[in-house]
Parts: sequence; C-alpha cells; structure tokens
Amino acid sequence: MINVVVIGNGMVGHHYVEQLVNSEIDAKITLIGGEPRPAYDRVHLSEFFAGRSPEDLALTTREHYAELGVDAHFGDPVERIDRDNKTVTTSCGRTFDYEKLVLATGSYPFVPPIKGCDHQACTVYRTIDDLGNIQAQSKNAKVGVVVGGGLLGLEAANALKHLGLETHVVEFAPGLMGVQLDTGGSAMLRRKIEALGVQVHTSKATQIIEENSAGETRLEMKFADGDSLATDVIVFSAGIRPYDQLARDAGLKVGERGGIDIDYHCKTSDSDIFAIGECALFGGRIFGLVAPGYRMAEAAISQLSSDPIPFQGADMSTKLKLLGVDVGSIGDPHGKDPDSIAYTFSDERIEVYKRIIVSADGKKLLGAVLVGDCSDYDTLLQYFLNDIELPKDPETLILPYNAGSEPALGAAALPATATICSCHNVSKGDIVDAIDAGHCSLAAVKSETAASTGCGGCTALLKNIVDDEMAARGLEVNTSICEHFAHTRQELFHLIKVGGFKTFDEVLEKHGSGRGCDICKPTIGSILASLWNDYVLKDQHVGLQDTNDTFLANMQKNGTYSVVPRIAGGEITPDKLIVLGQVAKKYNLYTKITGGQRVDLFGARVQHLPAIWKELIDAGFETGHAYGKALRTVKSCVGSTWCRYGVQDSVAMALYVENRYKGLRSPHKLKSAVSGCTRECAEAQSKDFGIIATENGWNLFVCGNGGMKPRHADLFATDLDDETLIKYIDRFLMFYIRTADRLQRTSVWMDNLEGGLEYLKRVVIEDSLGIAAELEQQMSHIVGTYQCEWKTTIEDPERLKRFKQFVNSDQEDEQIVFIEERGQLRPATEQELQTKLQESA
Amino acid sequence: MTDHKQPTVLCKISDLIPNSGICAKAQGTQIALFYLPEETPQVYAIGNWDPIGKANVLSRGIVGDINQRVVVASPLYKQHFDLVTGECIEDSEVTLPVFAVEINEDSVVLTD
Ligand code: SRM
Ligand SMILES: Cc1cc2nc3c(=O)[nH]c(=O)nc-3n(C[C@H](O)[C@H](O)[C@H](O)COP(=O)(O)OP(=O)(O)OC[C@H]3O[C@@H](n4cnc5c(N)ncnc54)[C@H](O)[C@@H]3O)c2cc1C
Ligand code: SF4
Ligand code: FES
Repeated sequence: MINVVVIGNGMVGHHYVEQLVNSEIDAKITLIGGEPRPAYDRVHLSEFFAGRSPEDLALTTREHYAELGVDAHFGDPVERIDRDNKTVTTSCGRTFDYEKLVLATGSYPFVPPIKGCDHQACTVYRTIDDLGNIQAQSKNAKVGVVVGGGLLGLEAANALKHLGLETHVVEFAPGLMGVQLDTGGSAMLRRKIEALGVQVHTSKATQIIEENSAGETRLEMKFADGDSLATDVIVFSAGIRPYDQLARDAGLKVGERGGIDIDYHCKTSDSDIFAIGECALFGGRIFGLVAPGYRMAEAAISQLSSDPIPFQGADMSTKLKLLGVDVGSIGDPHGKDPDSIAYTFSDERIEVYKRIIVSADGKKLLGAVLVGDCSDYDTLLQYFLNDIELPKDPETLILPYNAGSEPALGAAALPATATICSCHNVSKGDIVDAIDAGHCSLAAVKSETAASTGCGGCTALLKNIVDDEMAARGLEVNTSICEHFAHTRQELFHLIKVGGFKTFDEVLEKHGSGRGCDICKPTIGSILASLWNDYVLKDQHVGLQDTNDTFLANMQKNGTYSVVPRIAGGEITPDKLIVLGQVAKKYNLYTKITGGQRVDLFGARVQHLPAIWKELIDAGFETGHAYGKALRTVKSCVGSTWCRYGVQDSVAMALYVENRYKGLRSPHKLKSAVSGCTRECAEAQSKDFGIIATENGWNLFVCGNGGMKPRHADLFATDLDDETLIKYIDRFLMFYIRTADRLQRTSVWMDNLEGGLEYLKRVVIEDSLGIAAELEQQMSHIVGTYQCEWKTTIEDPERLKRFKQFVNSDQEDEQIVFIEERGQLRPATEQELQTKLQESA
Repeated sequence: MTDHKQPTVLCKISDLIPNSGICAKAQGTQIALFYLPEETPQVYAIGNWDPIGKANVLSRGIVGDINQRVVVASPLYKQHFDLVTGECIEDSEVTLPVFAVEINEDSVVLTD
C-alpha cells in the first residue's frame, strides 16, 4: 500500500482523491485542505448570489470522505514540507509522513499594491468565504466596482448586480477579456454589457483608494488620468497567482513568474512530489481552467500504476455566459501568426460579432471569437481540435444561415479522436465503442460514457452522433414514447380512437406493459381528453395527470400554486378586476400581469385553492387552463371599436375564438391572437394560430411560436369570412392534435411535417385526405362538452378531499415561507428559509 | 423512527387516492403515501420533501415504474424516486427516507 498525502482540497485535489480511490491502486490517502470546508464547485461560485447555498455547491462531504476511507483534515493548511524526512507539518503543528506527495494548492487572487487596498471594503472573489465577505460589505451599499475586466472580473460584476448594486468595471487595458477576445469582440462585449446597465471604464489605472468622508459613498478611487469614481465596495479581480510558497520553501523548482514546474508526468523537480491544477506550471504556462487540472490529476495517478499516461497540455478554448451574454473563444483569438487570414462578421443591430482566424492556405482553423451568439462554437471547436480541413469558403462557417450554403459539420465527418464531451473527456471513438458494445440508445450511451452529464454543452452533438451511428448500423432509432409503449404518440392516438378506449388501464392492457410512468400517463391522459373530453379528475384519470392538472393550478418552486382565471381576449370589466384584487388581498397572493394579457395570482397553498376558486367562480370567472397542455390565451388588440386604424372588431373575434377552444387538450399548449389591422399590435404572427384583420375579412397565420426558438407564423389563407376562418381553424387544430408528437408545439410539428405548408393547406383547405368533416365533427364534440373544471371540482366534495396539505392534520406546511418585497409576498430563498426555520426551532 | 412501539394510525384507506399520492404528518415529519391497489404491498411511504426541488411535493408526483422499480416522479424537476428504497434513479447519491406502513383493517398505520 502506498502512502499518499494530498495538499489542497479544491476542485482538482478532490478529483485526484476520487479518481485514486476508484482506481486499482492500493493507497492510503491523507488529505489536508486549507479551507474550512470540503471541496466545492468553484466554477459555479457565482450561483451563490442567485440563491445556491454552500451545500448545493459542495462536491463532497466529510462523511463521504470517511466512507471512502480518506483521512481528511480541513481548515489547517500545510506550512512546511520536509523533503529529507518526507513529512509535512500543518499550521496547528500536526505532522504526516508521505511516500508520494501531491500539491493541489491552486491559486489566489492578485491584489495590486495600490495605496488603500487594505480597506475592509476591498474584497476578492475566489472562495465561499470571499462571497460571504462581499455580501457583508454590500449591506447598505449602493455602488460596487470590480477592478479587472477579465473573465472572472465580469463574473464578479454579475455578482454585484445580483446584490442590487450600481455596478462598474474598471480595466487597466483598453478592452474587456483581452486574453480571450480580439479588439472587435471585446468592443461588442462592452456594448452588450453596458446595455445591461454595467458601466465599463477601460484604460484606467487605479492609483489610490481613499475613504470618502464627505460623499454619500464609503470610498473614492483615483485614477492615473485624474478621473475618480465613488464606490462602497471594491472587488479585485486582477489576475491569479499560484500558491507556490510551500514548494519554494522546500526548494522545488518554480517558474520565474510563479507556478510549480512540472513535467509530462506531473512530477516536480522532486520525483516523489507531484503538482496538479492551478498551482502547476507546464510548458511555461498555468492552465486557469478546471478541465486541464482534471487531466493532470489523472496523469499523476497513472504514474502510480503500471500504465502511465502523460499529460500533454490542454486546450484553453472556452464558451461561457457572462451576465447573460454568450461569449466563445477558441485557439488563438488574436491571429498572432502574421500569415493567417481573418474573417469577421459583425451585426450591430442584433449585437453579434464573430471572427475566425484561418491558416495561410485556408485549410485549418487557428482561432475564433464569438460574442452574442455561440451557436457555431461546437462546430468550430471540432474543426480546431481535430485539424479538420475547412470548407472552400471558410466564411460560410460564421455567416448567418440564409446567406448561403449550409456549413454545419456532420457527425459522420468527425474523426474517432474528436473530443465530444470535454467535461468527461469522451471522444467520438468512445461513443462508437459504447454503441458497438450494445448501448444502443442515447440514454444508454450517456450512462455508459458519462458524456453530456457535466455542463451539458455537448448534448446536441452527442445526440447527432448517436443517431448517425445507429442509422449507419441499420439500427432503428427508437421512437417509442417510453418503456411501457412501443408506439409514437401519433400511433397511440390512432389506436385509442379506433379501439374506443376510455381509460389508461384499457390502453395499457391492450397495447402496453408494466405500470406506466410520468411520460406515457400524461400523454395518454391528454389523448383521452382530446378525444372524449371527460372531466380530467375522474377517478380513472386523476393518476394520469401532471401535478398541475391534478390541482388545476401551476406548481411553483416552493410547492405553492398559481391561480390564473380566464380573461378572454384580455378584456375585463372593472368589477371583475376589483374582485381579482380583493381575492388576492384576502389570500395574500402575489399579483402580476402576465405576458398573455391576463392576471396571475401566485403563492396559493394547496388547501386554499378551492376557496379561492369558489370566490372567483361566484364572481363569474372560469379556469384559464394555465396548467394544461391546452388553449392558453387569445390575445387581442382593441381593434376597430376604438382604434382609428382598425378594420375589424378584433376583440369580439378574440373572445369568440378563446371561448370556442377553451379547454381543448392538445399535444402542447396552444396560443392565439387577433389583430385589428396589419399594424399587428396583438403579435398574431408569433402564435400557433394568428388572425389579422383585412378590409375584406381575416388572414389566417399558422404555426408561429415565441418561447425558446421563435418561429414566424406562415400565412395560411387570406381574406376569409368568419365562418370559413373558424372552419379552417377547427380542421387545423384537430389535425395537429391527431398527428403531432408528445410536447411538440405547432411550429416544430410544421417543420417536421412532410410536404410542409403546402401539404397542410391541401389537407385543411382542399380536404385532400377526405377527413375534414370528421375533424370538424370532433371539434364540435369538444366545444359542446366544455365544462369549467374548477366549477365541477368545487361542487364535488369527493374531489375536494385531495386539496389538503395533510390527510391527518390541518396544519400548514411550515417549510413554505414567504418574504415581503415591493409590497407583496415572494417565496423565501433557500438561505432565508434556513434562517427562518432555525429561528423558529 | 424512534422507540415508538405503538403503531401510529395515519389515515383511513378511503382517504387514499388509487394510483396516486397524498401526504400525512407524523412525529413532525411529512410522509408521502402512495396507494397502488393492484400491487403487493398496496401502500408505499417515503419522505415528502424533494431534496432536489427543495419543497414538500413528492406526494403530488405521478407514480409508475422504471425498469420494474416502482417510482414516483417529482412534480418539480421530474427526477424519479424508488418507492421501496427511496433511492433517486437519476442520482444515486440522493436517497429519501422510507417508512414502514401497513394496512390494518380499514386504516393505514406507521409500524416500526
Ligand atoms: C405567467 C407567465 C409569465 C409572466 O409572468 O408573464 C408564464 C409563466 C410560465 N411559462 Fe410561459 N408564461 C407566460 C407567457 C409566455 C409567453 C408569452 C405569450 O404567451 O404571449 C411565451 C412565449 C410565447 C409562446 O409560447 O410561443 C411563453 C413561453 C413559455 C415556454 C416556451 C414554449 C416554447 O414552445 O418554447 C414555456 C416552457 C414550456 O411550455 O414547455 C413556458 C412555461 C411557463 C411555465 C408554465 C413554467 C413552469 O412550468 O412553471 C410558467 C408557469 C407560470 C404559472 O405558474 O402560471 N412558457 N410564456 C405568462 C403567462 C401567460 C398567461 O397568461 O397564461
Ligand atoms: C468565479 C470563478 C469562476 C470560474 N469559472 C470557470 C469556468 O467557467 N471554467 C473553468 O474551467 N474554470 C473556471 N474557474 C477556474 C477554476 O475554478 C479553477 O481552475 C479550479 O478551481 C482550479 O482547481 P484547483 O484545485 O487547482 O485549485 P483551487 O480550486 O483553488 O483549490 C486549491 C485549494 O488548495 C487550498 N490550499 C492552498 N494552499 C494550501 C496549503 N498550504 N495547505 C492546504 N490547502 C491549501 C486552497 O485553500 C484551496 O482550497 C473559475 C474560478 C472562479 C473563482
Ligand atoms: S420566462 Fe417564463 S418560464 Fe421562464 S422564468 Fe419567466 S415565467 Fe418562468
Ligand atoms: S462538455 Fe460538458 S457535459 Fe459534455
């Protein structure tokens, strides 16, 4: 058994310990961490300010280390290495022997020696304790300044914004993120960040920081050019320095500008001592990213085995979201090679900047910069990492799609060595091997190789490769909706309709196996509702519904629900508006105008839902189906009644349409809008079906979508009279309901429909399939059997018994805690919740 | 559980919802109870707190099976929890407390 001591329990030290335990090597492991807590996820540190607690960030626990048999010590840094006697001594005076020593001490933030930088409101951004300190210093503060406009500085700026401070970034160099971006990319980034309200000051050298006794803020920063800036808090993010003092004192070789020198084996100048992660200097450079540190840890472990693998340096390409802005940098972004050729695409309107640097012969990608749109990152990275020969016109790689040929790099073109998932170091070859070994689905490949279980950035590429490989082997791409039914949604719809099945159990017995699950149950529940329109909470249906449908309300993050009454077309009488206010006040509900022209009341406890709805229904409201895969809202503009341009009564049409299709269950939610003229104030062209008034009637648009991937609706028919309009919509909706996949919006359905818009027109307008009458009849059945589910529910005591927190007690869930903010309630953050619960305990 | 030898009655069978869940409170803990009339046993009990979604909601999830394991899907972020062992299928590091319950005549009781 080999006696290994690891100094430092950051991300890399932790990875080393975990990998060593999992390896075949028989080792006794002692771990000494300088911070008071076990390793945590430093990469996602900034999420602390978005509500993630230290526990959420933790990568491990003391108990877990104990289970692994690791002798771990925290909060007691190593002070001295005695190479002669092979021992290390901590600051509390404890001494440990080692056979092999691993330095994983990472780095610390560099604070430039500016006069006044030792003020307590001057902070750094590296550890959980630092964050606590920034938070404390920001209490009652108004303004915060980050010194340093690099990657970490911008992360820190985001944190200050989260804390509600007026945020400034002060950078010494002329541009932001100078290491990763060229001048143009950096300028676009600046523009975007300033649009978010962060003020950027470049080419500014801070000379002195003084207490600001007179002004409203605590401190004043004075710059070399004579300018000054008043602030309450300063975060220094001016670079990092390796923790190499231990190594220096022990006489190990260190770099001129710091960093513990290592070779391919991650060995220092003493062959029994390794250094890995951010404290190590390899080939004259320090890798300030976590993935190279992990590779070093693996290389160092392999040195203890019979099968050593060398560390070969690492790629420093990065893709991130900084303050919500996509930024990507690949290879050499500056084009240092004088013969290289650069291509730049910049669109100031949509604030996108892209640049690629290509070798003199135009064949290889040397570097790339992306700001505002990282959709080309994966493809470019593959070209770069694998030296793939570029297409003839490399500029097509960054031009917007409609500009020319289709450049996307197909999965088949990638070599086996191509790294697909850099978090888990999975190559295309590994994926192919997994499929060859019989892991023939995306899920199976994921669990076999761990690909795409880290940051998730490689998900799309992984799926492409799996699909491509399966197709190449003649394997069928599995289209079953889940393990219980070997059918698509469309097939199930057909089977249920033809079989006349009325319950899930009948369908399961005839066409499925097992007990069902949270995929097939709601799907079949929805199909049954589309076909027969039964009350969804009937005994035989209730277990099929997602919680939102079961409680006829949307579950919020803390387990409470939202209440959304229907306000058809967005039209509401003053009296009804008053009722909404009264109910919200009585039950203490957070009130918000939604994006769908109605009012949402949030924070209802499950046991209060029936009483709230009783009051609303008594006042003439109905359920708004905000919870269902069903018709949501039909937005309207005021139209010809009031508007001087209106040519038809859009409000009346919106009301008619909303009332006709309310309650209609569908594969995904449905939205509509009606505009009174071509000015299109109701945004009908972004809806599943949109209606725009013309002098002669109505134009119908279909398959539009906002949301994650917006799609402009297609013009379907023009100048329709009321009756024809409704007929076409009936047919269109029913055809969608019959043939779409589970959770497929009309937009995606259209994009996958063979024959596309022309085919759809033939089916709906020309009745090419001869099913128009049947579709209309089905719709009229649904329209005729409409019921307000909330009304049915509150009238049935049997149904109401479900609306309780506890079956055996009238107590409330004390873990639901609200905080007052801007005159209303909101759910407590996790931290607030912990504090409250501790107070009351 | 502590040294309670007396079984605690949680509710009546008629309070349960077939093929779905409800929540009971016992000794200060929220217990999600699932009733699968066709299975043996018929009643399953796990903690109601979803450690991933961080709210008391598991009794309101959909029950079903995955690779023959009887599971509930969290209504918040859809992870599946094994009703027998409490283990989270997607993340084996997360395990929920499970409680021993029995049907005693017309009542559901917490044994153990
Ligand atoms: C409340 C509201 C936001 C607001 O405060 O304004 C909202 C809230 C939610 N939206 Fe939305 N969306 C709201 C308008 C919109 C709009 C704007 C609109 O309708 O004009 C869109 C873009 C338009 C569109 O859908 O095409 C929108 C696109 C989405 C999407 C993305 C859909 C897509 O196809 O990409 C989701 C996710 C999903 O449905 O899978 C979503 C999902 C959700 C969910 C259901 C998320 C969830 O599961 O908790 C939220 C439920 C809130 C609740 O409890 O009531 N919401 N959501 C709006 C409610 C409108 C209403 O009165 O019913
Ligand atoms: C806000 C932020 C965002 C980041 N974002 C990204 C990103 O998106 N992608 C990316 O790849 N990287 C990112 N990084 C960088 C990444 O976190 C580091 O590369 C990684 O944490 C390095 O790991 P490490 O174990 O080498 O060092 P560290 O994580 O710094 O750990 C070293 C540990 O050793 C301890 N130590 C030091 N001296 C001693 C001693 N004498 N005795 C005992 N213990 C000691 C330290 O206290 C520390 O806990 C980010 C960093 C920060 C701060
Ligand atoms: S955009 Fe919609 S889904 Fe996303 S947080 Fe806002 S309301 Fe929720
Ligand atoms: S690259 Fe992060 S999960 Fe694959």
